[in-house]
Amino acid sequence: MDLEALRLSLWLATLTTLVLVVLGVPLAQWLTTTRSRLRLLVEAVVALPIVLPPTVLGFYLLVGLGPRSPAGRAFDALVGHPFPFSFAGLLVASVLYSLPFAVQPFAAALAGVDRRLVEASYTLGASPIATFVRVTLPLAWHGVLAGAVLAFAHTLGEFGVVLMVGGNVRGETRTLSIALFEQVEALDYAAANRTAALLLAASFAVLVAVYALQGRRSPRWNGR
Amino acid sequence: MRYLLLLVAVLGVSCRGAAADRRPLAVAAAANLKPALEDLERAFEESRPDVDVRVTYGASGAFFAQIESGAPLDLFFSADREYPRRLVAAGLAKEEVVYAIGRLALWVPRGSPLDVERRGLAALADPAVRKVAIANPAVAPYGRAAEVALRAAGVLDAVTPKLVLGASVAQAAQFAGSGAADAALVPLSLASSPALAAGRSVPVPDTLHPPIEQSAVVLEAARAPGLARDLLAFVCGAEGRRILARHRYALP
Repeated sequence: MDLEALRLSLWLATLTTLVLVVLGVPLAQWLTTTRSRLRLLVEAVVALPIVLPPTVLGFYLLVGLGPRSPAGRAFDALVGHPFPFSFAGLLVASVLYSLPFAVQPFAAALAGVDRRLVEASYTLGASPIATFVRVTLPLAWHGVLAGAVLAFAHTLGEFGVVLMVGGNVRGETRTLSIALFEQVEALDYAAANRTAALLLAASFAVLVAVYALQGRRSPRWNGR
Repeated sequence: MRYLLLLVAVLGVSCRGAAADRRPLAVAAAANLKPALEDLERAFEESRPDVDVRVTYGASGAFFAQIESGAPLDLFFSADREYPRRLVAAGLAKEEVVYAIGRLALWVPRGSPLDVERRGLAALADPAVRKVAIANPAVAPYGRAAEVALRAAGVLDAVTPKLVLGASVAQAAQFAGSGAADAALVPLSLASSPALAAGRSVPVPDTLHPPIEQSAVVLEAARAPGLARDLLAFVCGAEGRRILARHRYALP
């Protein structure tokens, strides 16, 4: 069993989820409340990774953030090494790749919060930030949690993007799904079976968690 | 609805028009062959207008697994002899034929300050080189040859922390061609392909790694075994050898 790859995948998924909650919740709040015409564009950009094949996204990142592009040189100057083939690079790629899977549930949950409660909070003198933290978020936390869990699971199973920008470096970018791919290609089916079972079990556990959370949130139509 | 039917009709007719009674030949080929096999395919189809050669490029190991599971292929060009031998041993093919001997090249982007022309593989130990792309030795014969050559040149220990692995030689070439890696060990046949046009390369001396003998097999499950044998004979014949030599393969 490839414990190094498992540890790397879990660590990558955890960090990606944290970043997505920190960046995604404000973004989702902006999307649900803004009247700006930019909203449509931002929504479309956020949803792009659902439509784009991961390899395409990975290829654009490789070229767009590679050492030859200005953005890539900025990344190098900031982090101290080039974007491709590094854990920091994978983190950036994963955040972009899993963005819709976090932001869309966040936005749905935030939009479901009763507007009257928010306005009541304003009339009582609470600032927008205080209202968001003390009224909106507690009412939407199931959705935020569900989005975070989905982002985690989506990153865990991420393959195409990592394949394109990772370069299969042991302990750095060789995630569980890359290890699985290599084992299959190398015809080591026994090892591939173990890795696949591990991924399957983790994904299943995460999905059960998501549905349990959503089940608690959704309204019951008959009886109460 | 009427427009939909019209669209379906147009698409149907145009698809039938394109096939035009040419007999299909399904070929799987190792990624290092792409530039050469494209020329070979064109030349073969010129002499045999009745045949429609359809080639899929990828990693030899992946094709091996697909063939084992019954992929509908007629002819398989591997990047080594190991996979064809195993197919013969498994009764999935009759005999393997060596059609070319691959060589490695050390490639660097055009603006690279590395003096690969004079220093060869030793240049990769230079601290200015941060990432070196090769095909994954676990799955790609050219990756294994690259590792052997680095060891023979005495720089494997220095280069190992810099290695990034492509799933196939094509991906290793792409890592280098996009500028993401500072250097790459790729098949000589790919070193002058469009993907790597923005750089320069030197052949790795043959003495540093065993020859990369590449063999092909006509598959037992082939639907067009006659055509497959014809194409293989063409590749191994005078014109085929000329094309392979032009793409800088050594010949058996």
